[in-house]
Amino acid sequence: MSLSDSLISFRNSFISPRFVQNSAGQFFSSGHTNNWAVLVCTSRFWFNYRHVANTLSVYRSVKRLGIPDSHIVLMLADDMACNHRNPKPATVFSHKNMELNVYGDDVEVDYRGYEVTVENFLRVLTGRLPPSTPRSKRLLSDDRSNILIYLTGHGGNGFLKFQDSEEISNVELADAFEQMWQKRRYNELLFIIDTCQGASMYERFYSPNIMALASSQVGEDSLSHQPDLAIGVHLMDRYTFYLLEFLEDIHPSSKTNMNDLFKVCPRSLCVSTPGHRTDLFLRNPESVLITDFFGSVRKVEITTEPKFSIHQSYSDSDP
Amino acid sequence: MAAHRCRYLACLLLLFLSVILVTMSQETTLGHEQHATAVDDPQTGAETKQTAEKPTVEEKRWEETKVKATTQASDTAVLSKTQVNEDFQEELVIRPLHSGDIYASFQFRTVWETDFMKGNKVSHYRLFPKSLGQVISKFSVRELHISFTQGYWRTMQWGQPFIPSPPGAELWVWFQDSVTDVDATWKELTNVLSGIFCASLNFIDSTNTLQPSASFKPLGIGNETDHRFLRYATLPREIVCTENLTPWKKLLPCGSKAGLAVLLKSEKLFHSSFHSQSVHIRPVCQDRQCKSSSWELRQALNVVFDLHTSGQSKREWSLFKMFSRTLTEACPLASSSKIYIDVTDNPQEEQFELSPATPLLSQAVVLGDRRTFSVYDLTQQVTFGTVRSLNLMIRWKSSEGDMLRPLLHAERYVTGYGLQTGEIHTLMYNNHPFRSFPVLLLDSVPWYLRLYIHTLKVISKGKDNNPSYIHYQPSKDRERPHLLEMLLQLPPHSVTEVTVQFERALLKWTEYTPDPNHGFYVGSSVISSLVPSTVAMETNITMEQPLFSSFFPCKEESSYFARVYTEPLLVNLPTPDFSMPYNVICLTCTVVAVGYGSLYNLLTRSFQVEEPNPGLAKRIANVIRRMRGVPPL
Repeated sequence: MSLSDSLISFRNSFISPRFVQNSAGQFFSSGHTNNWAVLVCTSRFWFNYRHVANTLSVYRSVKRLGIPDSHIVLMLADDMACNHRNPKPATVFSHKNMELNVYGDDVEVDYRGYEVTVENFLRVLTGRLPPSTPRSKRLLSDDRSNILIYLTGHGGNGFLKFQDSEEISNVELADAFEQMWQKRRYNELLFIIDTCQGASMYERFYSPNIMALASSQVGEDSLSHQPDLAIGVHLMDRYTFYLLEFLEDIHPSSKTNMNDLFKVCPRSLCVSTPGHRTDLFLRNPESVLITDFFGSVRKVEITTEPKFSIHQSYSDSDP
Repeated sequence: MAAHRCRYLACLLLLFLSVILVTMSQETTLGHEQHATAVDDPQTGAETKQTAEKPTVEEKRWEETKVKATTQASDTAVLSKTQVNEDFQEELVIRPLHSGDIYASFQFRTVWETDFMKGNKVSHYRLFPKSLGQVISKFSVRELHISFTQGYWRTMQWGQPFIPSPPGAELWVWFQDSVTDVDATWKELTNVLSGIFCASLNFIDSTNTLQPSASFKPLGIGNETDHRFLRYATLPREIVCTENLTPWKKLLPCGSKAGLAVLLKSEKLFHSSFHSQSVHIRPVCQDRQCKSSSWELRQALNVVFDLHTSGQSKREWSLFKMFSRTLTEACPLASSSKIYIDVTDNPQEEQFELSPATPLLSQAVVLGDRRTFSVYDLTQQVTFGTVRSLNLMIRWKSSEGDMLRPLLHAERYVTGYGLQTGEIHTLMYNNHPFRSFPVLLLDSVPWYLRLYIHTLKVISKGKDNNPSYIHYQPSKDRERPHLLEMLLQLPPHSVTEVTVQFERALLKWTEYTPDPNHGFYVGSSVISSLVPSTVAMETNITMEQPLFSSFFPCKEESSYFARVYTEPLLVNLPTPDFSMPYNVICLTCTVVAVGYGSLYNLLTRSFQVEEPNPGLAKRIANVIRRMRGVPPL
């Protein structure tokens, strides 16, 4: 029996309408099939070490939970690890006394230095890149992708500063997300921002299936956590520090949901009031797992009913 | 019955194969490789053995391969030859320097007899990395040299490096003559390489790309000297960090899991005075007559560890102190894996002590000098001793001895004051007592430093030194940089100074970088020359030579090729004040002045009735009356 004959018999077994309806329903209710992450640090200069440490700690968590480098677009506006002022080269620490090196030994930065601009960021999101851009610099998501977008840097009411020379406004960002929605570039989107007055950045979103978190409300400043006297700068921002602590407890099979994420860093620890927005999101946040965005967990459906068994239908039509 | 016959044949073939394996030198390693390729290749006997065990349904599908199995006997001879077609060697050279620092140079070489050109689609990659193979065939590359360097090589203190490189990133490529649009191919190639090496090579565009006419001849085989197919670019500002080392290590056949690459840990490598990693791809001859050519890929990593920062100020170095790792095995895919320690200045062990001791000694002519090396062969188990790990220790006993001054070195700096004009000085030193030799100086200056070429002066020993060849290409604003190439003869024991004045241009405000007050970089000058050597150089390229001495081809015995890079320059351009507070102060002051001034006038100004102006005749009469002292009308 040739391969083409077996394929025909396989297809024929699908003709029954009940089978098609059941399997189709099962397929489309399973949610996302792949995960992407776009992690951006927008600050330049040595005293903004903490923003690079913030981004790298989220990168580290996301890699640990399973998203591969090919699905992560990491943008760092300045180099802190090999900066000449760094007393320990090739390291970026998140905890004082140099407990945790978030830079690691296996890091791939896709956009670095002067490449981190508003234009490049929006082009990555919308996919409108010049044809010679390599794959590692593209966000090749489809309509079944869950995307995590993390931004950190200096911001204000309605804008985020890129590299001390340009800004992105909340309107531009909302429009970029709408372009992504219309081009079916995401299934669900989680937007996290750790800047001063971060909540102003998600006020203008209007596309469906977006959940947003911010480290501070409008009119409040996000504060940094702790300085390290050996390195001489503040190592992390408070919100991302407690977010990292929260994520360190998550493993690929954990069932923690978004409501726990909203509780990260209460006012007593963060000094600012973290905010979130879920009105655009179709599902109940309680049913959304952390690993839906931070990890790369695929839904595996184990079928036991003989009608749906593929091997059965194949062997039935064997001569 | 067919199944029985094929099983018998398969057993015979396996026996024959095992005999072949036993007679080959590196049995264990090659045995693994043979098995691997045997499984992949659909025409081998191993698979016919497998197919015999599969259900009868599928046997009809494999019928074609069974017929070919009868010719297996002759094919194994071909198979064993294809194993040898790809070769991987690794070596590490450690050279203690006179200042107490230590210089370590890694080289990994893969040679593959294949043809990427002529429409031959290579699909099976083993030791040669697939990403680079695809780059070569897609962009019709003949030679590719890319390097990422952090730090500046101090020739006066450290001597000459085995493979020189300028600070930042440098990329030069020779394309095949079949390429029709070299500029478009160059642009695509830089984008692809920026993705492979995680570097911002996409900033290479026409404003920093050059076409040197004489300085960068092909290092591999090829008579092509049409410099239209050569492109050279350098990014002096490019940072090197772990994100560049990670993809570089992934190109190695053993990765960073076995062999010498185990020592490449970023935390130690970047905490050094100098760090450079490079990739060189070129076609080389297989034999003396050059009947067949193969592709060579060399990955080199040079690092200089500082005595005080990495060495804790103790003149005692070991592999563990330098790399925080020791060696436990050679890369199984390597045909040779060696460590060379330069002991030329230590013949009777009076300067430093080397442990563990090794009986192997080797001499090589490199950089114009005959050097002696102690060799550790990692493919021999005895090197690792009873502890199964190798940690070389070099302990200094005395710190006497003079360093041999390098024959050629150079420096460059900017003079002048203010933000309008300046002068670039390039100094080249010839330290040979009685021989003069020619050098090719390649200077590339960005368009925003407008060179006044009529002020170009070359002075050696107080007299004008006229270059025998000059190639100058003036810059075009925002399109291409200045290119100056000169062939100069350096008189013996002298300093040659090349000076040229320039004027700084004012950029458009969108062309400034986000941190313009840092300054703008001017790439290093490249000085290529044939330096006279003290011993006869090896001109036979196919002889068995250690990797570090066979990088630059040698055409004649009396001199060796050396390339020296100067420092990059950092120049301040007139920069507008982008700072927010300044603009805010200006605006606020203007508003306050206009607003307050108007309000003040409104409140304090009082209106008075004024008599209308008298006619002209009356005015003249009043003037005359004033002169006479009489009261006016």
